[in-house]
Amino acid sequence: MALNGIQIFKLTPKKNCKECGCPTCMAFSMKVAQGALELSKCPYMSQEALDSLSEATAPPMKSIKVGAGDNEYTLGGETVLYRHEKTFVSKTRYAVSVCTDMADDAAEAKLAEVSKVDYERIGEQMKVEMVYVNCGSGASADKYVELVKKAAATGRTLVLGVKDVEIAKAALEVCKDGKPVLNGADASNYAEMSKVATDAGVVLGVSGANLDELYDTVAALEKSGNKNLVLDTTGATIKETFANTVEVRRAALKNEDRTFGYPSIVNVSRLARDDRHMAQALASVFTMKYGSIVVLPGMDYADALPLYGLRQNLFTDPQKPMKVAPGVYPLNGADENSIIVTTVDFALTYFVVSGELERSGVPINLVINDAGGLSVLTSWAAGKFSSGSIAKFFKEEVEGKLKCRKMIIPGKVAVLKGDLESKLPGWEIIVAPREAVELVKFFKDMQANGEL
Amino acid sequence: MPFNRKPQKFNASIREVEIGVGEKAIKIGGENVFPFYTFDGDLGNTPKVGVEISDLGLDNPVPGISAYYEGCTTAAEMAKKAAEMEGADFLALSLEGGDPNGANKSVDELIAVVKEVAEAVDLPLVVEGSKNVEKDSELLPKVAEALQGKNVLILSAKEENYKAIGAAAGLAYNQKVGAESAVDINLAKQLNVVTTQLGVKPESIVMNVGTATAGYGYEYVVSTMDRIKAAALSQSDATLQMPIITPVSAETWGVKESISEEADAPEWGSREERAIAMEIETAAADLMAGSNAVILRHPQSVATIAKMIKELA
Ligand code: SF4
Repeated sequence: MALNGIQIFKLTPKKNCKECGCPTCMAFSMKVAQGALELSKCPYMSQEALDSLSEATAPPMKSIKVGAGDNEYTLGGETVLYRHEKTFVSKTRYAVSVCTDMADDAAEAKLAEVSKVDYERIGEQMKVEMVYVNCGSGASADKYVELVKKAAATGRTLVLGVKDVEIAKAALEVCKDGKPVLNGADASNYAEMSKVATDAGVVLGVSGANLDELYDTVAALEKSGNKNLVLDTTGATIKETFANTVEVRRAALKNEDRTFGYPSIVNVSRLARDDRHMAQALASVFTMKYGSIVVLPGMDYADALPLYGLRQNLFTDPQKPMKVAPGVYPLNGADENSIIVTTVDFALTYFVVSGELERSGVPINLVINDAGGLSVLTSWAAGKFSSGSIAKFFKEEVEGKLKCRKMIIPGKVAVLKGDLESKLPGWEIIVAPREAVELVKFFKDMQANGEL
Repeated sequence: MPFNRKPQKFNASIREVEIGVGEKAIKIGGENVFPFYTFDGDLGNTPKVGVEISDLGLDNPVPGISAYYEGCTTAAEMAKKAAEMEGADFLALSLEGGDPNGANKSVDELIAVVKEVAEAVDLPLVVEGSKNVEKDSELLPKVAEALQGKNVLILSAKEENYKAIGAAAGLAYNQKVGAESAVDINLAKQLNVVTTQLGVKPESIVMNVGTATAGYGYEYVVSTMDRIKAAALSQSDATLQMPIITPVSAETWGVKESISEEADAPEWGSREERAIAMEIETAAADLMAGSNAVILRHPQSVATIAKMIKELA
């Protein structure tokens, strides 16, 4: 938040020495507030004044980096509470949880599972990014370090859930190069934990019995100079956790309370316990509402498919439509002789159309044109989905790959049929219905009439 | 220094709409806070969960659903069974068999099913049309007529047919009108305005502002609902204060993640688990964005979402 002239004036030495080129400190402050002069033009500003000014102009929520190399992730740095206001910048990252209380083989099986989900969806690689290694009460340092080593072998970024300072130190010895999060500070141990984290050069996770305690602990850590934090907002119940997570984010972004301007960790695994379906519901809840790291009891394809899809949708630029890559998409086991359906690269169109085509069960090659990521009618009106552009794309990208010469075009651009027939000799152009929901029947009718 | 809490208090609230009659009647809406922001104020009525059945019976069901409805031969039997589902607050009967591009059942045939179902259960009833605009203009007014006195919610009146459906359901037969628009705050507002101009009372309208499955352009659903709730509460926009119902299952059960058999996608694992997860995770997100009621199919999804609502509210 920008300061006004009066607020800046209070921080000047009020010498009116004119060295800044202004007749008075007040005039100087007014210019700085307008952005016409740099604060550094006054050689007499105290360090304290400079610090408090930079604090006041800092972004409301810090960007915190965790992990190393290919597994480095930026958390936080958000500026808005709702995605229609501005793009959310740092995706929610998912961690799978293991604990020293689990039997060895169960923990190993869970870790082996971590790498199972790994797929691409509209240009984004979907996988579990982190492993949460929890230290159960009473576990020895050796036992915890063993588990940390195994977790580190997955190559994922670690979050160390450990409250004992000595055990934390021992664990960091074996994994600090991977820049894990040390999620272990609370009101009782924050000074020591903070030192362990800073010595190892890692981010410190802070928790509290309630929001007031968390707030005080963060304030104390900041005062001691540690601002490399994430806040564990997990409470005793689902309701409390939801309240904590929303309150922390809202305090930072809406009420400009920078003490809570840090990313969050939400431990769904602890809230859902053995209820896998509840974990799915809560994963969705805390992806929608402000979890930076969401810790889950596991991740298989059933958990992942809706979750990563949701995340991909939420973290898109509201001004920029999602696009799919132009090209040939074979559906229902299509080969080079299967009939061709063509449409635009607007992601929503692609999903709706491909969904209906899949439901028809007919082998079809779906050809996606480069239409600037716009819908059928919009791109047609903008000249980005024309007989010229379609013919060019088919000659360059399709004719060499596919043998079929029957193309079905969207009903909304039926007018292109004649032009396409003259621009693409040898092709039969068929007009589809106007709405995607009618496609299944359309293909059933074609099948019944022996046209396929 | 303790944390300075700043609750978002609004002078406006979402309208309360009652569906059904008697002991089992439900109320949705009534909140003057953002979805599940219990730390700010009163949630009004907690969101409700409906179970969807179809006049076509079970279409390509997963084992858990087949087992649940085992032995049911008529829509009325299925309705009875559905009404017993753990977590069910209301029943949603889809008349998809009326679609002229599908089974194309006649209006009379469908009205018989509607009556049979309404007689079989005492849970509040939501009737979903065939999704075909012309057919629904004919079918849904007849449904409203046939169920007089049951205070049902008719889904739905769209821009193209709100006159016929709105007038019959909202005026002539005193039912609740579902106003369906396609993921756009202005379209939702416009439809509410013209529907009330017909004479339908605002407290008889429930919105379906458009749906999608998580991953399928779902950002439009989130932003539409976020903006509607913000306009309704912080700007006191009375034309957007109607509660929202979201037919989740009709979307999620149609995507490939829910349809592909395990044999076609071995690495994806059990089809049933995928379909449940698609339904649960989409419904949870809908509720976070502001749905006051969701419609689901699988018993596991219904139980989980009902439990989640209870935990959060
Ligand atoms: S240089 Fe600093 S102290 Fe001197 S007049 Fe300018 S603002 Fe005041």
